[in-house]
Amino acid sequence: MSATLFAVQTLNGLQLGILLFLIAAGLTLVFGVMDFINLAHGVQYMLGAYLAVAGYAITGTFWGAMLIALVGALVVGLLLEALIFRHLYDRDHLDQVLATFGVILFLNEAVKVIWGAAPLTLPMPDLLSGSIEIMDGLLYPVYRIALIVAGLAVAALLYVLVSKTRAGMLVRAGATNAPMVSALGVDIRRLFMLVFGFGTMLAGFAGILAAPILVVEPGMGDNLLILAFVVIVIGGIGSIRGAFLAALIVGLVDTLGRGFATDIAKLLLSPSAANDVGPAIASMLIYILMAGVLFFRPTGLFPVRGG
Amino acid sequence: MSTQSAPARLSRELIGALIVFALFAGLPILADAMGDTFVVFFTIRIMVFAIAAVSLSLILGYGAMVSFGHAAYLGLGAYCVAILAEHGIWDVTVSLPVTLAVCGLFALVTGAISLKTRGVYFIMITLAFGQMAYYTATSLSAYGGDDGLTMWGRTEILGSTALGDRTVFYYVVLGCLLTCYLLARMIVASRFGRVLQGAKQSEMRLRAIGIDPYAYRLIAYVIAGMMAGLAGALLANAAEFVSPAYMSWHRSGELIVMVVLGGLGSLLGAIVGAASFLVLEEVLSHFTEHWRLIFGPFLVLVVLFGRGGLISLLPGGRKNG
Amino acid sequence: MKRIITAAVTAAAVGLYGAAAQAESLKIGFLATLSGPPAVLGQHMRDGFLLGVKQAGGKLGGLDTEVIVVDDELKPDGALTKVRGLLERDQVDMMAGVVFSNVMMAVYKPIIDSETIFVGGNAGPSPIAGRACSPYFFTTSYQNDQNHEAMGKYAEDAGYKRMIVMAPNYQAGKDSIAGFKRHFKGEIVDELYTKLGQLDFSSEITRIAAAKPDAIFTFMPGGMGVNLVKQYAQAGLAGEIPFLSAFTVDETTLPATQDAALGLQAGAQWAPNLDNAANKEFVAAFEAEYGYAPATYAAQGYDAARLIDAALKKAGGKGDKQALMAALKEAPFESVRGDFTFNTNNFPIQDVYVVKAVKRDDGKYVTETVEKVFDDKVDAYVDECRMN
Repeated sequence: MSATLFAVQTLNGLQLGILLFLIAAGLTLVFGVMDFINLAHGVQYMLGAYLAVAGYAITGTFWGAMLIALVGALVVGLLLEALIFRHLYDRDHLDQVLATFGVILFLNEAVKVIWGAAPLTLPMPDLLSGSIEIMDGLLYPVYRIALIVAGLAVAALLYVLVSKTRAGMLVRAGATNAPMVSALGVDIRRLFMLVFGFGTMLAGFAGILAAPILVVEPGMGDNLLILAFVVIVIGGIGSIRGAFLAALIVGLVDTLGRGFATDIAKLLLSPSAANDVGPAIASMLIYILMAGVLFFRPTGLFPVRGG
Repeated sequence: MSTQSAPARLSRELIGALIVFALFAGLPILADAMGDTFVVFFTIRIMVFAIAAVSLSLILGYGAMVSFGHAAYLGLGAYCVAILAEHGIWDVTVSLPVTLAVCGLFALVTGAISLKTRGVYFIMITLAFGQMAYYTATSLSAYGGDDGLTMWGRTEILGSTALGDRTVFYYVVLGCLLTCYLLARMIVASRFGRVLQGAKQSEMRLRAIGIDPYAYRLIAYVIAGMMAGLAGALLANAAEFVSPAYMSWHRSGELIVMVVLGGLGSLLGAIVGAASFLVLEEVLSHFTEHWRLIFGPFLVLVVLFGRGGLISLLPGGRKNG
Repeated sequence: MKRIITAAVTAAAVGLYGAAAQAESLKIGFLATLSGPPAVLGQHMRDGFLLGVKQAGGKLGGLDTEVIVVDDELKPDGALTKVRGLLERDQVDMMAGVVFSNVMMAVYKPIIDSETIFVGGNAGPSPIAGRACSPYFFTTSYQNDQNHEAMGKYAEDAGYKRMIVMAPNYQAGKDSIAGFKRHFKGEIVDELYTKLGQLDFSSEITRIAAAKPDAIFTFMPGGMGVNLVKQYAQAGLAGEIPFLSAFTVDETTLPATQDAALGLQAGAQWAPNLDNAANKEFVAAFEAEYGYAPATYAAQGYDAARLIDAALKKAGGKGDKQALMAALKEAPFESVRGDFTFNTNNFPIQDVYVVKAVKRDDGKYVTETVEKVFDDKVDAYVDECRMN
């Protein structure tokens, strides 16, 4: 457990956290502002990745693929909003869960029909495909560092948008009390569409960024959706700041836990028992963290809604 | 809850329940006449999941407790029976009390913590406990870990292996379903049940008259957990196999879908929901490999056009006029 | 999911000769994982099996053959329900397929309880090879430990002294490490168990880079393997620390990993370039039919169909089950892997190779044999099998 090893693991944790933040940010906004549980947010991440692969086949460049995928993700998102989600905003949470679950089933299968069941890949942009040596014998890919930087940039942009602009003010107001904002004469429909489209694009963007390092396959968004929910619940629903911090915490806890849980278990248990217990604990760690946070702060770290 | 008068609603539900249970009771005879043994096996599975769905409906539909970790009890119940069997203990006089005690205890501890939260936070914290149970089961190398564990037989009743007969087992499962359904009905209709539903509508009002709903919720949560544990024990016997997959979050999600699909706030709806979910899955997947392309939009349409779930689409079943 | 495929040839034959419609037919229930991320494995196995049926003119052993393909969705209890349906409602004559061991264990009891002959196309869990073996169970694949054992022996022979082993934290993962250690006697510096379905391996890769072992051994099937291989190459370790694997680098993952996997090694009983007539014919026909390169799953599926075909011919139809089982046991067919005989537990005795990923002249990525590790490999559990 050298210091360098720890530093590299921290970097890895940050990177997972950034990816989670990009997905969670849209989820928490849609949930916070529109009081809408969108389980289909995970498949929008998947769509981003698939559209990027398709875009690459057309343009032959990463950047062209990104452009096509961003636009495509936005179009699909707005289409879903207009066709289905719009009719669910004033419905019970469980109706939203059921309907968006249906959307997940449909899109996961549709992707398989269109692109096949085999995992696909998106090549890295040449510009970012190098590596830098950060310790003897270990190269850290430039792309991963770029991913962290891009995520931080998006976070900063979101911060400015939400805290300094009029739209951001409405979003904040909407998260605290949506009926009041509507009563004040704001076109809540348009605000909702704006927030939703933006959230969709963020999820798609995360999918595009993830495609070169992770695998592109049907159902790739399902597990990340659960993690994103863990993040927004720990952070407090509707809070971008909470989502950012929680994403980093979850990313770090998960990565460092996987890195070191077995070693720690070995200090207490026999090696074979440690090999059984360590990985199981590592897998559970973020759930233990979430249960712990909610036990002491039942509405997350940064609750938005009053009362 | 409804603009219909209580007796009218009761009699409608009563007629519905009579029809459903009469269908279940007559099915093996019909299947026998048609020489279709599979339908009996398949209906056992439906009834097992119906028990789990009724238990979830009890806390979800009447107490607004959306548990996203309910499959954990299914798995716990199944593992209790299978692990005891692995150690040579087959009799129901041991395995049933152990199953109920383990599931009840797990529900008591996790419920006591989870019920401090509300809404989506409750959904997620129950998911957390479900996932902990899931990962614990996958790390049980001695009991097959992720590969699961085969039960080389069925639970015995005072030394008798009568459950090995499919028809006997069928009626035992049906009996369990009927018992759970009636028990849940009694709970809902009791003072306890009214407090539970009152807490769903206005917690403040209850507190004002000096009732703390926390204890009521916790008791309901424990009862639901034990019921789902019973379903798990039956599932282990039906499949003669247990696996951590029984407690994955996908399964918990499916249980929620069953309850909502059938109709919130109706115990019969939970049974109808479980049956339609499983039958649709079976029939559609016969029809095409890409059956989810049909099933997904079907769920969306039920939500958009069938407010109140499938039960409200039945004749005379529409709630709120 | 369920599809009924009766080869077009059969339909034509029935049309031409009305009498053939009255002839004996054969119904096979084929269970495979065809949804979710691991769907590609089931797809290979199914396509291989159906190719075998097609090449027999839609008539395995001369019987009109109907293959009912069912998706198990990798849900053990769901698979069990579907198998009951095949056995009781569809009244299949035989069962075949199954990709994953947990599904195999779930459906094993009802199949052998109903005394239905099963010809496996992939999963070979140790209980079935050992104490729970059955005369109704045959497999054209391997016992699960085989490829891991091969890599362990290969590492030992190559003189590696310090190794890191890595597998997902589930039963097959633990079995794989145990299999590897059976023949590797050097030092295991670290055992890394990852979460099943894990996407990001940067944490593990960092540890590997820090420990600098002589080589690593890993078992990372499906999408997990794709991720690991890509990230291993991106971290610059691919040329530095030899990468030994099982079920990680094969034709199911190579289309996604492409150049990142080149030169990485794996254990397998088969590769597309194995030099025998049956194999050459199979690979050419498969690629012509489906347009992608077959993996071991496809070869096993194909062999399963051809084994059934040959055994039916030898036994003179499906009527006498005991005769058919005896015929199956003799394995009277030319396997695409060359030598093939059944052991007493009905698992294959076969040669096992080290293979490596290469890019073929036509641009497809495939595996290619490097050297033979085991000649006539026998599994480690056969002595526990007491078949009557």
